[in-house]
Amino acid sequence: MVQAGKTAKRYWDNRYLFMLLAPGILFFVVFKYVPIYGLIIAFKEYNFFDGIWKSPWVGLAVFRELFATASFWEVFGNTVIIGVLQFVFGFPAPIIFALMLNEIMDPKAKRTFQTISYLPHFVSWVILGGLFLQFLSPSVGPINAAIKAFGGKPVYFLADPKWFRSVLVVTQIWKSIGWGSIIYLAALSSIDPELYEAAALDGAGRWARIRYITLPCLYPVITIMLILATGQMVNDNFDQVFNLYNPAVYRVGDVMSTYMYRKGLENMEYSTATAVGLFKNSISFAIVIASNHIAKRINDYGIW
Amino acid sequence: MTIARNINRREREFGEHAFTAINYSLMAVLSFFTLYPFLFLFTSSFSGLDASLGGFSLWPRAFTLDNYVRVAANPLVASGYWNTILRTVLGTALSLIATFTLAYPLSKKSFPLRNFWTALVVFTMFFSGGLIPTYLLVKNLRLVDTVWSLVLPELVSAYNLIIVRNYMQTIPASLEESARIDGANDIVILFRIILPVCKPIIATIALWVAVWHWNAWFDCMIYVNKAGGEVMQLVMRRIVMLGSTDQITQMMAEQDIATPEGLKAATILVATIPILCAYPFVQKYFVKGVMVGSLKG
Repeated sequence: MVQAGKTAKRYWDNRYLFMLLAPGILFFVVFKYVPIYGLIIAFKEYNFFDGIWKSPWVGLAVFRELFATASFWEVFGNTVIIGVLQFVFGFPAPIIFALMLNEIMDPKAKRTFQTISYLPHFVSWVILGGLFLQFLSPSVGPINAAIKAFGGKPVYFLADPKWFRSVLVVTQIWKSIGWGSIIYLAALSSIDPELYEAAALDGAGRWARIRYITLPCLYPVITIMLILATGQMVNDNFDQVFNLYNPAVYRVGDVMSTYMYRKGLENMEYSTATAVGLFKNSISFAIVIASNHIAKRINDYGIW
Repeated sequence: MTIARNINRREREFGEHAFTAINYSLMAVLSFFTLYPFLFLFTSSFSGLDASLGGFSLWPRAFTLDNYVRVAANPLVASGYWNTILRTVLGTALSLIATFTLAYPLSKKSFPLRNFWTALVVFTMFFSGGLIPTYLLVKNLRLVDTVWSLVLPELVSAYNLIIVRNYMQTIPASLEESARIDGANDIVILFRIILPVCKPIIATIALWVAVWHWNAWFDCMIYVNKAGGEVMQLVMRRIVMLGSTDQITQMMAEQDIATPEGLKAATILVATIPILCAYPFVQKYFVKGVMVGSLKG
C-alpha cells in the first residue's frame, strides 16, 4: 500500500513532464511502431479488399516464393557487391583526404579546401542524379567530349553495365569524401602539437611524422568507423541508385531497396515487398548487434 | 661534417617543399573536380540551344537567358518552390517542438521509466517497419495528398532526440531551482529556462531538419499525387529525368533531345541555388552537430 502510494505520488509529481512526453511518444508509437506491427503482412497474402488486418495468414509462403525467385538473388548479389566496393574504396578515401588536409599549414587555404569539399553533401541525390545524367552524357557531357577529342568512342556511363557500378562508387566518394573527413579532422586536431615539434627536432620528415604520429593517433577513430561501416554494407543507398539507374543496368545496379520499391509501389505486391524489407532490415539489425559486440570487446566503446 | 649536414638539411627542405607543392596541387585538383560538375551546369544553363552540345569550356557559348526565362515561366516551378518552402517551415517548426518537449523529460534522471522510454525511441534507429507498412499507414490515416504526409512520418528523428537529450543533461540542475521554488511547473521551466540555454543546439537541429526537408523528395513522390503538389526537387526530377529514363539508351545514343540540355541545366540549378548559397553559412552548424553526435551516438 505504502509502496503503491509512493509510486502514484512520483507519477503525480511528474505530471507536467508526462504532458511533455506524451506527444513525442505518441509519434513514435503511431509512426514507428505501428509500421513495425504492419510487418505482419509479410506473413499474409495481402489483398486490397481485406486490408492489413483481415488478409489471410500464409505463414512463410511469401518468403519461400521470394527465395525461389532468381531476380531476388541477383538483386541481393548486387547489393552486397556494390556495398563491398563502396566500402573498400569509400572507406579509406576520407581518411586520406583528412591526412592531406591536415598537412596544409595555411589556415585560410585549409578552410577553403574544406568548405568546397563539403558542398556535395548538401545537395540531394535527386539533383545529383540530374547533374550526373548531364555530366556523364555521351552527347553533351564534358568527360565524353574529352574522350572524343582524343579520338575515343563515347562511353555510356549510366547505361553500360560495365561502367555502372564504377559510377556508383566514384559518385559516392565524390559526394561524401569531404563530409566523411570531419570526424577524422576532429581527432587530428586533438593531437598534441608538441609531439610534432619533438619529432621535427629529432629530424623526422613529413612522411615520418604522418606515419609515426598522425596515423597511430587516428587508429581508435578508424576502428570505430570501420565497425560502423561494416554494418552499413547491406544498407544500400536508395536515393543514389534510384536516381542514377535505368532498365539497361538493372542487371548490375538494381539493389534491394529499389527492388522493394518497384515490387511494392509499382507492382502493388505489398506482401512480397514487405518481405524484402524485413529480410534486409533483419540482416542489418543483426550486423549492427554483432559489430557493437565486437566494438565493445576491442576498445570498450560500443554504440550503446 | 658541417657540409654534409648542410646538404642533408637542404635535401630535407627540398623534400618538404616538394611535399607541400604536391599536396596543394592535389587539393586544388580535388576541389576543381568537386566544383566542376556545378560549373558545367552553370555554363550549360546560359548557353543557347545549338551551342550547349558538348565541350568543356568554362564560359557559355552563345550566351542567352532564354533557359531561365522558360524555367521561370513554368507554373510547376513556382508551385514546387511553394510546396518545398511550406513543408520546410512547417516541418522544421513542428519537429523542433516535438523533439525538445520529448527530450526534456528524458533528460531527467528521476523521471519514471526513463530508460524504457529512451529504449523505445532508440530501438527505432536500428529497426523499422520499412517502406510498405509506413506507406499503408499514411494511406490509412488519410494523410495522402496533404502536407502532413511530408511532415508527420519523420517528425522526430531518434538521432536528433538523443543529441538534444545529451545536451540538456549537461545543463546544471541549479539553474532550475529558483524557478521551482517560485512554484513554476516543468512546462514553464522548459520554455523559460531550459530552451534559452539550448540556443546553439536549437540552431543546429533546426538547420539539420530544414536541410533534410529541403532536399526530401521521395515521400512526396509516393504520397502526393495531386497536380501541383510536387516539391521543387521532384519537379526538377520530372523535367530532367522522366521521359528520358525509359528511352535513356536511345536518348543517349542520338541527339534527339526532348528537353534542350540548357533548359535541363537551368532547371537543376534553380532547384540547387538556394542550398548552394546557404551551405557556406550552414555548414559550421552541421559540423558541430556531427561532433556532438560522435561523442556518444
